[in-house]
Amino acid sequence: MTDSRPVLTMTGISKSFPGVRALHNVDFRLFPGEVHALMGENGAGKSTLIKVLTGVYGIDEGTITLGDEQVAFSGPMQASAAGVSTVYQEVNLCPNLSVAENIFIGREPRLLGAVRWGEVRRRARQLLTRLDLDIDVTAPVASYSLAVQQMVAIARAIDVQARVLILDEPTSSLDATEVAQLFRVMRQLRDEGIAILFVTHFLDQVYGIADRITVLRNGTLVGEYPIAELPQLALVEKMIGKELDVLERLEEQPRRELAAVEGGTPFVAVSELGRKGAVAPFSLTIHAGEVVGLAGLLGSGRTEAARLFFGADRADRGEVTVNGKPTSLRNPVQAIEYGIGFCSENRRAEGIIPDLSVRENMILAMQAARGWLRPIPRRRQDELVEQYIKALSIRPANPDVPVRNLSGGNQQKVLLARWLITEPRLLILDEPTRGIDIGAKAEIQKLVVQLSDGGMAVLFISAELEEVLRLSHKVAVMRDREMVAQLDNDDTVDAERVMQTIASGSTRKEASQ
Amino acid sequence: MNERLRSMASHRLFWPVAVLVVMLAVNTIYRPGFLAVEVNNGHLYGTPIDILRLSAPLILVGLGMTLVISTGGIDLSVGSICAISGAIACLHISQAPDQNSLVTVFTALAMALGAALVLGAWNGVLVSVIGIQPIIATLILMVAGRGLAQLVTEGQIITINSGPYRALGLGHLLTLPLAIFIALGAALLIAALTRRTALGMIIESVGGNREASRLAGIRSARMVFLVYVVSAACAAVAGFMMTANVSSADGNNAGLWVELDAILAVVIGGTSLAGGRFYLSGTILGALIIQTLTTTVYAMNISPQTALLFKAVVVIAVCLIQAPEFRAKLGRRRRGGPPSPSSAPQPQKEEVTA
Ligand SMILES: Nc1ncnc2c1ncn2[C@@H]1O[C@H](COP(=O)(O)OP(=O)(O)OP(=O)(O)O)[C@@H](O)[C@H]1O
Ligand SMILES: [Mg+2]
Repeated sequence: MTDSRPVLTMTGISKSFPGVRALHNVDFRLFPGEVHALMGENGAGKSTLIKVLTGVYGIDEGTITLGDEQVAFSGPMQASAAGVSTVYQEVNLCPNLSVAENIFIGREPRLLGAVRWGEVRRRARQLLTRLDLDIDVTAPVASYSLAVQQMVAIARAIDVQARVLILDEPTSSLDATEVAQLFRVMRQLRDEGIAILFVTHFLDQVYGIADRITVLRNGTLVGEYPIAELPQLALVEKMIGKELDVLERLEEQPRRELAAVEGGTPFVAVSELGRKGAVAPFSLTIHAGEVVGLAGLLGSGRTEAARLFFGADRADRGEVTVNGKPTSLRNPVQAIEYGIGFCSENRRAEGIIPDLSVRENMILAMQAARGWLRPIPRRRQDELVEQYIKALSIRPANPDVPVRNLSGGNQQKVLLARWLITEPRLLILDEPTRGIDIGAKAEIQKLVVQLSDGGMAVLFISAELEEVLRLSHKVAVMRDREMVAQLDNDDTVDAERVMQTIASGSTRKEASQ
Repeated sequence: MNERLRSMASHRLFWPVAVLVVMLAVNTIYRPGFLAVEVNNGHLYGTPIDILRLSAPLILVGLGMTLVISTGGIDLSVGSICAISGAIACLHISQAPDQNSLVTVFTALAMALGAALVLGAWNGVLVSVIGIQPIIATLILMVAGRGLAQLVTEGQIITINSGPYRALGLGHLLTLPLAIFIALGAALLIAALTRRTALGMIIESVGGNREASRLAGIRSARMVFLVYVVSAACAAVAGFMMTANVSSADGNNAGLWVELDAILAVVIGGTSLAGGRFYLSGTILGALIIQTLTTTVYAMNISPQTALLFKAVVVIAVCLIQAPEFRAKLGRRRRGGPPSPSSAPQPQKEEVTA
């Protein structure tokens, strides 16, 4: 496997942005026929290393060798032509173009100069089948969930005849089944001799597929290790530079008692709430201090259901009561007035305002609620922003940099802070830990527990079942855009049982009626 | 380049100021008396004062345009709105028994401003409620507005003889043209409205990511509506100045092409056409640059047709310089040759967020 020479060698790579040293003298090697995990905390420099390699950024110092030649790509197109195919961390597809067009954009099969659209569609379908995804390839990409978009981006990358395949957090919104499917394809490609660079914050995925690990910390190289020589705990230590104990403490957390929070008027109760084409009518109650988890597979309608609670989409049937009073949630402004907050899963399209500073992004929701005539005094802003930069360990800890300059995980934390600052009574968290490193993830989970103990209701969505089970009092299971069951999260519930419920959804539903 | 100079060069107003200075210098070389200012009757006169005075309408239109562009939109109808508001004001004054009465003039201004607000609201509704692309939505009024102005003037050029109205364009205050104070006042008002409150940030947020802003609880549609109304109001006042300068309203030619100049001023000032951050001071500088350009063109006896072409070329050049891809290409070409491993910090080549 590693007897051959590396297909890619990066030596002494340094890259600075104004005020930030993102990479300092980093070496990296990639061998043909291996899956190589690039690990590190949020802001460690993983994405920057990838972008430097593919020519998105120029390098300050260092050399890159691909095969036998020294290279300096001018951008992703050139890199991909040279056999380095990349899926960047933020899915960048053209939202208005169809799935098939997105997959073949820039390299459409042609006949006498004319694009062969039939062929494009047929091959797109074939590719997606390889990833076990059966969708309409003529529909615009924007009409699909983020997870599907991620799969489309992956499909585009693996179709290129590549020597090197780079996947920057490709699995951040995928469920276990899609991950398994992706891994099957990755193994196939690896066995064909392709070198795969894989970034993720999921340790079990690393140990499930990687052959070798390179660890970055704070823009410097910690080391390169064969997977067998670096057990999980040691890896975590290398990543954060110290031992991690929060994680263990969280594991020991007792199951959360539903009885303790249920009873009395629910904060929000919906009955037969639904929206055509998005989610079938469902009923659900959320009490103050209660964490309700939404479980389900990709496209099962979790996000769609959550959006109705926030008025992000308007329900076309059903009733809503807030604090026992009937109402309807027609738009976000109204939901926010009731004290509801919604942290979207799609931070690029629905979350960050890239040009605005970290400070402005954080106070945005609070400011919107106050109205533009009552600006938040600067001193108060500073207090709030400083508090959350510290609480969520956002780096760089500078409130005045544009948020687009932050690493993906740190952007996610900024979004979370935006809603925490508003002190909502119900916080809807759609994949809040997406792309967040394990240390910060544990911190955020702890925070959710703390906040709900303090009386905040939480609607929690995550592709990671363990996380849902760890935090929730109650788990609502979605399947095919229908809520098929609601389980009290007691000792009888575990990931397996939830998976079973998902699999056998319809029978469950009859039983519960 | 030393450190001080470099940090100065990276200031976002550096290039606009540099361009302005170079243009003034070229003019002075060409015509040594260019910068001379003389006192006459207690008023200041001279080319620099003329440039300030003539740029006042453009500054006004540019301010409104800045806000519109910040939301990711564009307002092509400002020229037509200038013509309509000027025509309404002049028509009312021309029909009054005493054209010099302050009451008449103020009624005329109020009527014209009211009409402009309605037109702005029309643009705003088309863009924010109905969701038509701004360039198309405002194109409607850009074309139809000229017709409206013709209707008001009945195809004639309305000439008036009103002292108070003329003062809007030619009057003086504290030795300086009144128009400068009006433009400055509008700038201060808009700056206070946007920067002393949270309005500016909210507009930038809507322009930066409209859906994200909506989900953060911002009434995005309302903000978009608002900026078109403000833009129309600014255009109306500019229209008063333009017609006051010549004491007549010409539905065909008042404010002709001012939208192009205004967009150029905004872009030179550093506000991106893609929306987001806006810079009012940059726009004012941009307007001064364009007026200086126009004055230069006239001073050098270049024909008006060529002048338009000249400006268009500048627009293209500025837009190119603003595009990250183009800058990257330039940078790469300048670096040239085989990539040297230890070159200075290279420009970002392409936007792909983290
Ligand atoms: N365009 C940029 N301008 C300025 N700073 C940047 C830019 N891109 C990245 N950085 C900074 O470089 C550092 C490394 O960022 P990078 O995106 O590589 O982190 P990462 O390891 O991919 O983190 P994550 O796990 O959160 O995705 C961070 O401190 C980030 O703020
Ligand atoms: Mg990253």
